Amino acid sequence: MSTSGFVQEKEKREGWNRPPHIEPDGEGELLELAMGPHHPSTHGVFRMDVALDGERVIRLKPVFGYLHRNHEKLGETQSYLASMPFTDRLDYICPMTNNWAYALAVEKLTGQQVPERAEYLRVIVGELTRIVNHASAVGFLIQEMGASGTPLMYAFKEREKVLDLFEALTGARMMVNYMRFGGLRVDATPAWLDGARKVLAGLPKFVDEFENLLTGNEILMARTQGVGILRPDLAVNAGVTGPMLRASGVNYDLRKVDGYGIYNRFNFRVPLGDHGDIYDRFMIRLLEIRESFKILEQALKDIPAGPVMDPKAKLRGFRPKPGEAYGRIEAPKGELGFYLISDGSPNPYRYRVRPPSLINLTILEDMCLGANVADVVLIFGSVDIVLGEVDR
Amino acid sequence: MKTVEEIKAAIEAAVPGSGVEIIPNPSVCGQHSLLLAPASAVAVATFLRDDAELALDFLSNATGVDWLDREVSEKVKVTRTVTKPVDGVDQDVEETVEETVKRLVPGYLEAVYHLFSVAKGHGPVILRMRTANRSDQVSLPSLTPVWRGAEFQEREIFDLYGIVFTGHPDLRRLLMWDEFKDHPMRRDYVEPDDFEYEPTAHDEVLKRAEEHRAKLAGAQEVAPA
Repeated sequence: MSTSGFVQEKEKREGWNRPPHIEPDGEGELLELAMGPHHPSTHGVFRMDVALDGERVIRLKPVFGYLHRNHEKLGETQSYLASMPFTDRLDYICPMTNNWAYALAVEKLTGQQVPERAEYLRVIVGELTRIVNHASAVGFLIQEMGASGTPLMYAFKEREKVLDLFEALTGARMMVNYMRFGGLRVDATPAWLDGARKVLAGLPKFVDEFENLLTGNEILMARTQGVGILRPDLAVNAGVTGPMLRASGVNYDLRKVDGYGIYNRFNFRVPLGDHGDIYDRFMIRLLEIRESFKILEQALKDIPAGPVMDPKAKLRGFRPKPGEAYGRIEAPKGELGFYLISDGSPNPYRYRVRPPSLINLTILEDMCLGANVADVVLIFGSVDIVLGEVDR
Repeated sequence: MKTVEEIKAAIEAAVPGSGVEIIPNPSVCGQHSLLLAPASAVAVATFLRDDAELALDFLSNATGVDWLDREVSEKVKVTRTVTKPVDGVDQDVEETVEETVKRLVPGYLEAVYHLFSVAKGHGPVILRMRTANRSDQVSLPSLTPVWRGAEFQEREIFDLYGIVFTGHPDLRRLLMWDEFKDHPMRRDYVEPDDFEYEPTAHDEVLKRAEEHRAKLAGAQEVAPA
């Protein structure tokens, strides 16, 4: 591998929000290593070009685009509704929140109102998605630490139950295509709601089990505490959102800040970290699962009867008036936003996805510099990304 | 939170001669934006980030938009002197007529930034910058030194729209490969004819393959050996 264009000049690293310059200790040569694109720890096809001084990382450049399919261009060539199933394929672990963010942006553009029952169902499927995502993220993180299989299978056992619920509701486990502008595609039956309550009743036991297995584990603590620290001021400046940001101690959860949908009706708290290391990111996800239980319990208790679709909403021949709107939600990975410009035609003039996975990787190099190469895998795992969303 | 008019006044007080314009948004959500002049954009951005009341410390979204050249038809009232026979004698008379005038609005590339405040919990404040045209004058100042969150997103705009951000610390293509020539998100982008072979070529696939081969053969004949 050539060094040209890879090792940056020193002056480009000046400024408080740039990654620091690390001098090699001068003995021996630098080893340049391409981690990925086909590396089991990269969650897909992603490459990190790493320069190593012994075991120490002194440069790291992420390389993207292996899964690029120009999702945004596709969105401009088809109608508003036709993009809805494509949003499932962005972050394929959490299709429900992708649908929600897109529906919210279009509703902002047109001013459509969502019926009460649909808002409750959106919260229910959204929080179930958050549980699935955080459980898998933690499972994958432990897998990358070398605990092959067991914790991940514990997480996937619960994920399977939630995916069965999604299948009963929408007909698909993952590619759900569930939300519409001004409501939802289908209503949930009383039997489905009972099923959801049953799954929910079993989930706290799973988290207790998971915590017994992991949180006090000596190896986990030794590998993660004090590793990959992210400062709060840098995290905000670099646009980091979601559990990553809150693990650094910044209280910014869009469910509280924007209160989109009906989130301001629920009683829950926002867990925050102290240290901003991998352990905090791991713990924040487990704590957020517990907060999601609280929201789900309240939502399943209060859900009213009624329609799930605005009767005046138009799906065929849908042409929003000219204008633009930016809508965002707290997706499990961070702030997922959609920016739409309408020129009055059936297709959006501009269809932009603000991907939390990509933007959370901005500070990957800062966290990895000076760490051992084995920790790079862990730091990367603690960011929690999905390549379908990074490359779009 | 302050309205766009108040933010505009605050910017003009802090950065004199910055030439900020309000771009209204007709949509119901009322997210109006501020158009910055490229020369003073970094100073304005730094003010927005560091001002105690606005405290826009978080750049959420940065993206490009491509606006093609477009023809605008406007109805204009034109007054001119016409020679007309009045009472049998030719006289010069002033006459007002409505005429449709077609005007070409040149296209431009636009960078759009959505700012929020983590400290105060408000937003969005939307900034826009426009290039002079779509072909040769496509550079804009980079806001990455102010908000690191723009780093990858400006690289993406550079990659997909071709806006060159001056002052960006590491401006390379993000999603397409380095050897790629064009900017695929532009409205007038045409896919390259790189169609060569499909294992089961039939019907339109076969037709395209033959067209492609004919084109290659034609090119070889013309090109000197």
